[in-house]
Amino acid sequence: MIHSLFLVNCSGDIFLEKHWKRVVSQSVCDYFFEAQEKAADVENVPPVISTPHHYLISIYREKIFFVSVIQTEVPPLFVIEFLHRVADTFQDYFGECSETAIKDNVVIVYELLEEMLDNGFPLATESNILKELIKPPTILRSVVNSITGSSNMGDTLPTGQLSNIPWRRAGVKYTNNEAYFDVIEEIDAIIDKSGSTVFAEIQGVIDSCIKLSGMPDLSLSFMNPRLLDDVSFHPCIRFKRWESERVLSFIPPDGNFRLISYRVSSQNLVAIPVYVKHTISFKENNTSGRFDVTIGPKQNMGKTVEAVIVTVHMPKAVLNMNLTSTQGSYTFDPVIKVLTWDVGKITPQKLPNLKGTVNLQSGASKPEENPSLNIQFKIQQLAISGLKVNRLDMYGEKYKPFKGVKYITKAGKFQVRT
Amino acid sequence: MTLMMPTLVSTVTFLHYPLKCLKDPNQLIRASALRVLSSIRVPIIVPIMMLAIKEASADLSPYVRKNAAHAIQKLYSLDPEQKEMLIEVIEKLLKDKSTLVAGSVVMAFEEVCPDRIDLIHKNYRKLCNLLVDVEEWGQVVIIHMLTRYARTQFVSPWKEGDVLEEFNEKDFYETDEEQKEKDQKVKKPYAMDPDHRLLIRNTKPLLQSRNAAVVMAVAQLYWHLAPKSEAGIVSKSLVRLLRSNREVQYIVLQNIATMSIQRKGMFEPYLKSFYVRSTDPTMIKTSKLEILTNLANEANISTLLREFQTYVKSQDKQFAAATIQAIGRCATNISEVTDTCLNGLVCLLSNRDEIVVAESVVVIKKLLQTQPAHHSEIIKHMGKLLDTITVPVARASILWLIGEYCERVPKIAPDVLRKMAQSFTSEDDLVKLQILNLGAKLYLTNSKQTKLLTQYILNLGKYDQSYDIRDRTRFIRQLIVPNEKSGALSKYAKKIFLAQKPAPLLESPFKDRDRFQLGTLSHTLNTKATGYLELSNWPEEAPDPSVRNVEVIELGKEQLVTLGKVKKEKSTEKFYSESEEEESASTTDTESESTSESEKEKNGKEESSSMENTESSSSEELSESESDSKESTAKKRFKTIEESDSDNMEKKKKVISKKNKSFDSSDAESSSTEETSSDSKSESDSESDTESKKPKIAAATKRKEMAVQEKKAPTKQEVSLLDLDDFNPVSTPVAVPTPAILSPSLVADLEGLSVSKSSVIDVSTPVFVPMKTHELLHRMSGKGLAAHYHFSRQPCIYGDQMVSVQVTLTNTTDQKLENIHIGEKKLPTGMKMHVFNPIEFLEPEESITVSMGIDFCDSTQTASFQLCTKEDHFSVNIQPPVGELLLPVTMAEKDFKTEQGMLTGMNETSATITVAPQNSTRLVILEKVVKAANLGLVPSGQDNIHRFAAKTVHSGSLMLVTVELKEGSTAQLIINTEKTVIGSILLRELKPVLSQG
Repeated sequence: MIHSLFLVNCSGDIFLEKHWKRVVSQSVCDYFFEAQEKAADVENVPPVISTPHHYLISIYREKIFFVSVIQTEVPPLFVIEFLHRVADTFQDYFGECSETAIKDNVVIVYELLEEMLDNGFPLATESNILKELIKPPTILRSVVNSITGSSNMGDTLPTGQLSNIPWRRAGVKYTNNEAYFDVIEEIDAIIDKSGSTVFAEIQGVIDSCIKLSGMPDLSLSFMNPRLLDDVSFHPCIRFKRWESERVLSFIPPDGNFRLISYRVSSQNLVAIPVYVKHTISFKENNTSGRFDVTIGPKQNMGKTVEAVIVTVHMPKAVLNMNLTSTQGSYTFDPVIKVLTWDVGKITPQKLPNLKGTVNLQSGASKPEENPSLNIQFKIQQLAISGLKVNRLDMYGEKYKPFKGVKYITKAGKFQVRT
Repeated sequence: MTLMMPTLVSTVTFLHYPLKCLKDPNQLIRASALRVLSSIRVPIIVPIMMLAIKEASADLSPYVRKNAAHAIQKLYSLDPEQKEMLIEVIEKLLKDKSTLVAGSVVMAFEEVCPDRIDLIHKNYRKLCNLLVDVEEWGQVVIIHMLTRYARTQFVSPWKEGDVLEEFNEKDFYETDEEQKEKDQKVKKPYAMDPDHRLLIRNTKPLLQSRNAAVVMAVAQLYWHLAPKSEAGIVSKSLVRLLRSNREVQYIVLQNIATMSIQRKGMFEPYLKSFYVRSTDPTMIKTSKLEILTNLANEANISTLLREFQTYVKSQDKQFAAATIQAIGRCATNISEVTDTCLNGLVCLLSNRDEIVVAESVVVIKKLLQTQPAHHSEIIKHMGKLLDTITVPVARASILWLIGEYCERVPKIAPDVLRKMAQSFTSEDDLVKLQILNLGAKLYLTNSKQTKLLTQYILNLGKYDQSYDIRDRTRFIRQLIVPNEKSGALSKYAKKIFLAQKPAPLLESPFKDRDRFQLGTLSHTLNTKATGYLELSNWPEEAPDPSVRNVEVIELGKEQLVTLGKVKKEKSTEKFYSESEEEESASTTDTESESTSESEKEKNGKEESSSMENTESSSSEELSESESDSKESTAKKRFKTIEESDSDNMEKKKKVISKKNKSFDSSDAESSSTEETSSDSKSESDSESDTESKKPKIAAATKRKEMAVQEKKAPTKQEVSLLDLDDFNPVSTPVAVPTPAILSPSLVADLEGLSVSKSSVIDVSTPVFVPMKTHELLHRMSGKGLAAHYHFSRQPCIYGDQMVSVQVTLTNTTDQKLENIHIGEKKLPTGMKMHVFNPIEFLEPEESITVSMGIDFCDSTQTASFQLCTKEDHFSVNIQPPVGELLLPVTMAEKDFKTEQGMLTGMNETSATITVAPQNSTRLVILEKVVKAANLGLVPSGQDNIHRFAAKTVHSGSLMLVTVELKEGSTAQLIINTEKTVIGSILLRELKPVLSQG
């Protein structure tokens, strides 16, 4: 399936390559560079490129292109999903998936790639299994290894590989047994010029960090499970239990993982926690324009809206901006024409405002469209959909675990058209 | 692990180590040794590799066997001559029951011998059943392979009216022989092959996978295999994938675009999810736009156009241009908005951006061509634009338009030609060609004014640098300028140039993509990729389905010899994942069904030996009837009846009569009590011998059952109840129970039953069926036609979400009323209605009862429609009492409490009422409550608390009612439900029921 993998950085250097079947010349990447050039933006590089003898499927993560070489028909999503899994694994192992991290750990990277694919077909992709096979790097271990000359390869078969629960390794032991669940909801919305909602929906995930000894069997129930309209599960969740009782019953993997992701049924009206008042105008035949944006809280159930950041992609004709903000700080990057306003916390008593003038290139025509505002925010201790975890029960083990649930609401793709 | 060994010597030295390790006791070492060995790409060691693979494929450890499957592909690519031997190994590994191996071996199969479909037959059911447990990458490969397999083995489920056929009443009653005869007839109703159904059902949970590739694979399977009515369930999951990263979005959007051309309805509810954000990459934007255009229809076009307006102004000009194209397509597809779109596009002509203007011109040109009659104004306007616009395509389009319709703008056209003649030399080739064209057309229509001009242009063209233009010039000159050399053609010059041209069709670029299997690389690239395996068309006649049931035939044979025991062993062996509790239920289900199905086939085949076959199974039944579980099921089914003492006896008769009816017809066997009770249970029983008695019924009702089953816990007892439900529709005139012939022993059996325990929520039969009829149409206002309706409180046969309504029509005139049918329907949004078949005639003084299904969407809104006769039509409406929007369910008290615990707060409504003294006894309360609303009884441990449960018909939300009698003749009435509106209405309706006498 997957023949080779090339890692390409932003400046177009191939800094790592790996072949599973036979060596494919680096020159195959030329087709990729060609496509990259044609697309003005990295975002616009087509994920699937056809070349005379091969097909290139690529993903873009953390300023690195993962370019895989395919020779025969294969579902493209299969490859894309796998490449993302590779990037996730790097992230998991090295804390970040950057060029330097990969170069620093090049041995582990090759070991991982070798285990993850066998002859082009995925072999072990579960992080729990991989961690048993190949120990993640720590400072102590690398010191010991360099002295003793031993490697960080495991020498037993990961227990998970054979059992019905490949995601969990056996013999887990902790002194403090803890289970944390983060219910994170993101509001995707498009607000139109007049402030009315064109489209809004809530997407949520439950990320868990489970540090429990032995083989715990957990069941998590919600106060209002019917809110969840469409759910995708980690393989550990027993689907039948969910279907019949709307209870999440599972033997968890060890460590951090995403338990479920869900969408809240679109019939429920989404409460939009902030509102924006804006006047952005460019004068005809003039080199200046006005910019005035005020942001305020709305329907946030008594919680404060924090970490508000407004990003605006200004039209190409904008030269510079002279603004004053009543709260927070702003930066304008004249090269990429992006205005970023870091607002911080919104206090209803004094609404944050940013206003001033926009300088346009002389001679350029008045921009056709006002830029749209992208807003980020965070509300702690609130799941905007109203989802609530009811209880967490543990079976199969004797000890009493410490349990914690945290709710966060964030802005997802939150856009205000002006 | 691609290792290149330069010499034989070093290879052999190196080989020593992995060969030794192949015998290592540690499975990880064995597997790794095999990996190393098979990665040495030196032809000389092929025989050694072959031996190692063979040995590893018989290894005890599934992990080693998995690696053997991987090694097969490696060896095959090294030496394709080994194919035959490798196929043998694949065949062996395909039989493997480990989930670990399944994905890898199917991958090897796809690589080595994808055409050997015959190897799959015997493993088909196993693969279907294992699918959920296989690791995600294997799932993708297996699903793609099974999709191809299914397309060769099953007949198409897409025939028209297939849904109705499956519910055909006759199927319920037919005996095997009858069915067989019918099969031989030319026109047989479509019944889905049970194996086909098995695949579709077993892949459904995978839609919830976190892996986008798996979700997409299931989606394409549903698209290519499932009946059209069922394919819709995948859209929700596909829309979910749109939240993923941009690469996944890109592929998914492409697939949705292809789907949305053919079946708009699938994605219409998710229209807004495809709205474009300014931060999306351009490729995502254009794909979304494509989908929006495909989904446009009369209803949503106005919102869409408003949305498009924002897009046109986008800073991303490429996207703005694409939007204009999209507007053009909407305009041609939806005639209502053509004018609006055209006006909008004309406004865009004054846009400052050139690309936008050019694109508008091109689109307007196409639009005008479809209806040129009354748009000379626009053409004039565009003529003026020639002064400003510089984009060649746009200039060419304008010139073409003016030339084509030069008779409509007689004054402007020559002037335009004059201007163009001036600038001819500096124009783009594309524009030059159109100038020549315009000249020729004007020469033919208006030669007086333009003769000289045209000749001037032709001269310019004669000496142009481009040979294309010189060619065209020569061609035109010969054709239009009459001289002695010009041939016969010049007479027809006018016809040639000014012929009616067909309007261009604005089509989606995804139009022809459906020739490729969805989700494949070829589909994404829109060209055939190497190694793409064509999806075959459905066969006309299904190939012999018995090839898939090897194991079961063996089972059947054993059955004849030894009863009971052997089968049990068999089944445990087969359900591989029985240890996993969540799994076992489903596997058992499916397994038993497939067993039964195959036995059906067997029945059909060995028709001659059917006598002995049935004998054996009936004798088995006798032996098995003693099992307690069976009895408890039967008990459970009648539990509700027992409790409602009031019409206990009548009820019982009804149920039994129903059962008898179905049973009698299903087989001519003597119906002993044991059989009856086990009959309906057989579905759930893993030893499905009784199944052979009524396999036809099982097959016919399967789909329905599926639908119900998916909603609830597939626990054993419950399925039996569902079976009963399946027969309900057959006896639609429920209100008038037919007297039953029941064997005395059965009565005794039933009497002795006690309430059993269960932990599931089932739909039960209604406790009480109201006889109260409501007037639909008075005979005075209906000109002699009177209509009444009542709610039969049965699950509706026309759809799960419908309430079944019985309408009684009476003719009170002295003439025949002809062609009574339902005319125009005025339903609130979302509401659906299944009408009765038109009644040909109704004799005077005669009446007829017909049934309808209405999906009220869990609201008490009125369904208005017209009742028509041949001459008249009368507007009538049905407003459902809230109590009829429910289906009763039974559950244990424990479950009731847990459910209630989850539905507190907002979801709880309660009231304290004063109970009339005569209403305080248990029986009276029960009677009154169930009369008012279709609720099921929940057994209660306390005397003063009465519990009832139901679910709403449309959404299936639970409705829990508690009546707690307090001292001093007051009572607390509590309703817990998510549907708070219905809950409060129900509360209001129940209050007077209990407080009044």
